[in-house]
Amino acid sequence: MSALRAGGRTMSEITYLEAIREGLFEEMERDKNVFCLGEDIGAYGGAFKVTEGLQAKYGEQRVIDTPISETAIIGAAAGAAHMGMRPVCEMQFIDFLSSGYSILTNYVATARYRAMLPCPMVVRGPSGGYVRGGPFHSQNPEAAFLHTPGLKIVYPATASDAKGLLKSAIRDDDCVLYFEHKYLYRRIKEEMPSGDHVVPIGKARIAREGTDVSIITYAATVWKALEAAEQVEKEDGLSVEVVDLRTLLPMDDEAIIATAKKTNRVLIVHEDTRTGGVAGEITARINESAFEWLDAPILRVTAADVPLPYSPPLEDYVLPQTSDIVVALRKLAAY
Amino acid sequence: MARPGTAASKPANLTKQSASSNADGSLSREQKLELYYYMRLTRSLEERLVNLYRQTKVVGGLFRSLGQEADAVGSAYALDRSKGDVLSPLIRNLGSMLVQGARPNEIIKQYMAKGDSPTRGRELNIHYGDLERGFIGQISHLGDMVPVMAGVTLSFKMRKENRVGLVYVGDGATSTGAFHEGINFAAVQRCPLVVIVENNGYAYSTPLSKQTAAKQLVDKAIGYGIAGEQADGNDVVATYEVTKRAVDRARSGGGVTLVELITYRRKGHAEHDNQSYVPPGEIDRWASENDPIDRHVKRLLSEGLEKKELDAVDARVKDEIDRATDEAEASPMPDPTDALVGIYADPPVVEPLWFREGIKSAVEVHERPSSWGTHDV
Repeated sequence: MSALRAGGRTMSEITYLEAIREGLFEEMERDKNVFCLGEDIGAYGGAFKVTEGLQAKYGEQRVIDTPISETAIIGAAAGAAHMGMRPVCEMQFIDFLSSGYSILTNYVATARYRAMLPCPMVVRGPSGGYVRGGPFHSQNPEAAFLHTPGLKIVYPATASDAKGLLKSAIRDDDCVLYFEHKYLYRRIKEEMPSGDHVVPIGKARIAREGTDVSIITYAATVWKALEAAEQVEKEDGLSVEVVDLRTLLPMDDEAIIATAKKTNRVLIVHEDTRTGGVAGEITARINESAFEWLDAPILRVTAADVPLPYSPPLEDYVLPQTSDIVVALRKLAAY
Repeated sequence: MARPGTAASKPANLTKQSASSNADGSLSREQKLELYYYMRLTRSLEERLVNLYRQTKVVGGLFRSLGQEADAVGSAYALDRSKGDVLSPLIRNLGSMLVQGARPNEIIKQYMAKGDSPTRGRELNIHYGDLERGFIGQISHLGDMVPVMAGVTLSFKMRKENRVGLVYVGDGATSTGAFHEGINFAAVQRCPLVVIVENNGYAYSTPLSKQTAAKQLVDKAIGYGIAGEQADGNDVVATYEVTKRAVDRARSGGGVTLVELITYRRKGHAEHDNQSYVPPGEIDRWASENDPIDRHVKRLLSEGLEKKELDAVDARVKDEIDRATDEAEASPMPDPTDALVGIYADPPVVEPLWFREGIKSAVEVHERPSSWGTHDV
């Protein structure tokens, strides 16, 4: 996982979770209009301790413990954002974002367009599976929001992107959904680039250069894609490119089309379920813009279309694994 | 540069009340006349919109507040625009927007879907706002403006600004989850927020008895641990006074107040609604015995105001609406490609789809269906 380090070095490595926390501290320090609200984020520091220490430093006015009310959290953030504040909402688990779905998609996402009301706010929260969380603590809800004009969506895979994208999200003048993968929280470490580290929204990253097959992916499956790429390089001599989208909305069409034209064989991998998922959208875009460049049909490795089960044998069966990606890469290469 | 929506950024000449109150704080003669002006403007403007609707010049549905003008005008009048107070209206609260400085030409252009309407043709009817003048546009999802206004007033508290927010909901919206979450959060945070529950008896066709088992909506205040008051929503002065107490409480740090205003919706949900569900005689009774404008006129005349002063207001209202109508009718429809502008701050414009590249308008003739399919035509 150290292959992903880039930029200048500071003293020590920090985790993905600590990178998010560092981003929050730095942005609250930089701009007094930034404040956080969510359930149990204050004295307790949040269910995963992402906001630990934040209330001690910035007080109850800027780190607000809310009732269990996702609609109120998102709606109140919107109101404060209209008035020039920059709220950062925490969903205790991103699964609960659906409890605020209506006000987010109907009120927040449309505010600028229908009413010329700025809505600079971030909604962030622990997402994703591989952690035995069961149906309601493991979801990847990005596809539900990809379909909503007016929202932006980021989903970092590395610690430095976690920090840099959070800072960009807070500074963005529109609402950004910031999905953070809980499997990565404490499993990956990285030295942060020095200075004011900002990663632009809307720009993908080449996580691994390659020439034979492209994998387009994001979040935790970036790491599985990299493992699979290494395996097929060793065992099959295949050169696999891995594109980490980082931002899902707006999607980096340029990077997607560039890698499709480069390798002519594309595999899309995501942890979310298959039908109506992000992979279908990416496939359509490549079809429209680079059909003649393809030497093989675009393939998808995704979760099966089932609610995510709890028991390890079940969860592991449903979610995409490195071995699935290897199978797909070999199939594409042989096509 | 001033922050958006702060008092500092407000043009001084937009201050609402030209009249000032009596020395004891009660409404002066001039203020009561101004209340009459806003109620008359509300009713006459809606009557003009009915004419335009029948001439098929209004594109969408038409929503009336006939018989409810007092509750919207009297409550909004209790806010202080010079301090930067902000409200969020509901569909029957045109009057509250006019008090905050919305103008008839804007309203008519909104209904006619004009390109120079406040939302540039994106939103319907009175769904628009202006932070500078202190009103925030509603959306159709009832209750959603309660959490939004909780956040607006939370920002006042955080910045130690001496401002108050006011949000309108109807009897129907009190059944929504958003209402509950918003008012509860505002209560916990002691936000300077006034929640006006405008009880007009019906949510579309559903009577209050099927909306709640509560004896009265003001009782809900107890459960939230906030102040609650009930008043006659068809008495504009009573409406003002009860709201003023709530506004003063909010401004002095006393937190949220739920104010239930009892009124009656004399028209259907929208213009197409034939009100078949209303018991016979009910509408006529409210119209003849409890019209808010008639009641206020009676009060003004009994307090010594002369009829010719009211006539002068009526003439002024008519003139304003005539000029607004002329302006709105002469306004252009939107440029179709403006539909792609302003979804985000960055990027500011969405690229046209490939089959629309270089095409300025999707069709030659824009069909104007005579209904949304809500009724036979």
